[in-house]
Amino acid sequence: MSFLDLKNVTKIYPNGTKAVHETSLSVDEGEFMVFVGPSGCGKSTLLRMVAGLEDITEGDINLDGKLMNEVDPSERDVAMVFQNYALYPHMNVYNNLAYGLKNRGIDKQTIEQKVNDAAKLLQISDYLQRKPSMLSGGQRQRVAMGRAIVRNPKIFLFDEPLSNLDAKLRIQMRLEIKKLQQKVGVTSIFVTHDQVEAMTLADRLAVINNGIIEQLGTPIEIYDNPKSLFVAGFIGSPQMNFLDGNLKNKTLSAEGFEIKDINSDHEGEVTLGIRPEHLSQTENGLINLKVDLVEQLGSDNLVYGQLKDKKDFCYRCPGNQTIEKNSNLSLNIDNNKYYIFDKSTGKRVN
Amino acid sequence: MKFKPLQIIAHIILILGVLLMVVPIWISFASSSHDSVTILTEGMKFHIGDQLARNYNEVLNEKGGWSEEVTAAKMFINSFIMALGIATLKVVISAMSAYALVYYRFKLAVPIFWLIFITLLVPLEVRIFPSYKIVSDLGLTNSYTGLILPLVASATATFFFRQFYKTIPDELLESAKLDGANAWSFFIDFLVPLSKTMIAAMFIFMFVYGYSQYLWPLIMTTAEEYWTVVMGMKIIYTESYEGVALPRTAERFAYIILSMIPPVLVVVFLQKWFIKGLIQTEK
Ligand SMILES: Nc1ncnc2c1ncn2[C@@H]1O[C@H](COP(=O)(O)OP(=O)(O)OP(=O)(O)O)[C@@H](O)[C@H]1O
Ligand SMILES: [Mg+2]
Repeated sequence: MSFLDLKNVTKIYPNGTKAVHETSLSVDEGEFMVFVGPSGCGKSTLLRMVAGLEDITEGDINLDGKLMNEVDPSERDVAMVFQNYALYPHMNVYNNLAYGLKNRGIDKQTIEQKVNDAAKLLQISDYLQRKPSMLSGGQRQRVAMGRAIVRNPKIFLFDEPLSNLDAKLRIQMRLEIKKLQQKVGVTSIFVTHDQVEAMTLADRLAVINNGIIEQLGTPIEIYDNPKSLFVAGFIGSPQMNFLDGNLKNKTLSAEGFEIKDINSDHEGEVTLGIRPEHLSQTENGLINLKVDLVEQLGSDNLVYGQLKDKKDFCYRCPGNQTIEKNSNLSLNIDNNKYYIFDKSTGKRVN
Repeated sequence: MKFKPLQIIAHIILILGVLLMVVPIWISFASSSHDSVTILTEGMKFHIGDQLARNYNEVLNEKGGWSEEVTAAKMFINSFIMALGIATLKVVISAMSAYALVYYRFKLAVPIFWLIFITLLVPLEVRIFPSYKIVSDLGLTNSYTGLILPLVASATATFFFRQFYKTIPDELLESAKLDGANAWSFFIDFLVPLSKTMIAAMFIFMFVYGYSQYLWPLIMTTAEEYWTVVMGMKIIYTESYEGVALPRTAERFAYIILSMIPPVLVVVFLQKWFIKGLIQTEK
């Protein structure tokens, strides 16, 4: 049994909403697990069940070898960082950090030691006497982290802790969280709907959709090998291009081109997926793109245009290529890097 | 600095308001420093007279009542104890029952809340006979317990605390739980400090409410040692001397001024807290 073990966990809210369906998942000790998925897919619900803040309708949660289903949150030894931080407004930073330790009956000197250590680690030593209302967003974020770290819990839970920060700070804090987790080595679960955050932080990633884990794996596995249309569309930025097609006798025919010798015996209506970065310009390529717009990001250019059938399409090329608006590009797919999904089930077939 | 016309008008209105509040008190105070005969013959006074010490000394120390034993000082103490007991218990009980109503999601929470709320329609004056019967059956007449206990439930304060607790985000409770807080420590470590402004305000209102009770102590007490200030006011008014009904007007004023001191002290003392809570926005 691994460190955290979810077995067939289901959550049905009293109003009948089924937020999580029979989900099973194992997290190893010291691992950084990220739950990613669109809004309302049940990420928070799953996390809150681990914390004990929601009852488990069905299934079992084991933490460090102990069944947690009936254990009160205060006894679980987990720490959570909330989206709005939930700092204690009437206590100064020191007491915010110390509160959890006091409740454990730890003696004053040890508490002071631990709080000061955590504060140093998070660079908040200068604010220990301030109330949370006198801190900036980034500082509050650090205090929230400090409150989690200082108790040295079995597991850290993060529920979209970065979404209240501005873009630059978010990237900085993302890096710090990752570094911190590696330094402290505590098992962590991080919930986000931002796929870049998910990719950069995760040791392993669980892509959740409609209360089901669609795919579980390392970020690269999931990027290289999405198992369903949903995962393919969700992971990767800019989004994967999707084209309608028909698969018959190992030949895929889409509007305007064909791909032969496909590694699949599937037949019928399919969706072809191609990542914008898996294309390159050649003469007489498969795909003809009429350019509408070019976004120059410096390192890359994002080329948006339309195919013959007016379908929107995106192509990503190195920033040193100049591409004219309204020009026609001829593109080939790199190295068979395309994905074919059954149109009705969304399952990968190649 | 120049004042705009609107500001001038606003200040005039405010000053008038202040005068309206202060002048009667000043007149009472000034009148309490004259001889009763002077006031009876010349009317109320605006300036301080020479009988101040004598009048106040008399009010505080003269023994009155049928038994000639109860003093005004004793009545102040009684009222103070009664008001303090009522205010403290009202605040404690309302805060705790509101806590139960908001944080324990049992099925009957809403009906129970409305039941408490409906008691607003049945003030003590309406239920005075049943209340008296119960208190006297319990043998609590002529005791502080009897004076205080029937008045300690408060629908208004429960309502205000409930509304306040509902504005506290759930994450705070959840966060506290994960930090190992139990139901009791969440109340003491979070709700009480967060609502201290509210507690101070409620305490002031409830203190004044308790202090100004008239009917209940009147019915409840037969022994003079439990008389309260408001009762005393009436008794002093009707006091007469050996057939000659000579109202002791100056002492009456002195008594009124003295009777205002305890509530004023409570307000002054708690105001610091009250304003502190208002200035520090703790979000
Ligand atoms: N207390 C509740 N009662 C009933 N339904 C709820 C409750 N909380 C959440 N839900 C529902 O459960 C589903 C999953 O909610 P959840 O909060 O887990 O989503 P999420 O993935 O965290 O979304 P977001 O990214 O927006 O935070 C949603 O459909 C939501 O409407
Ligand atoms: Mg959520």
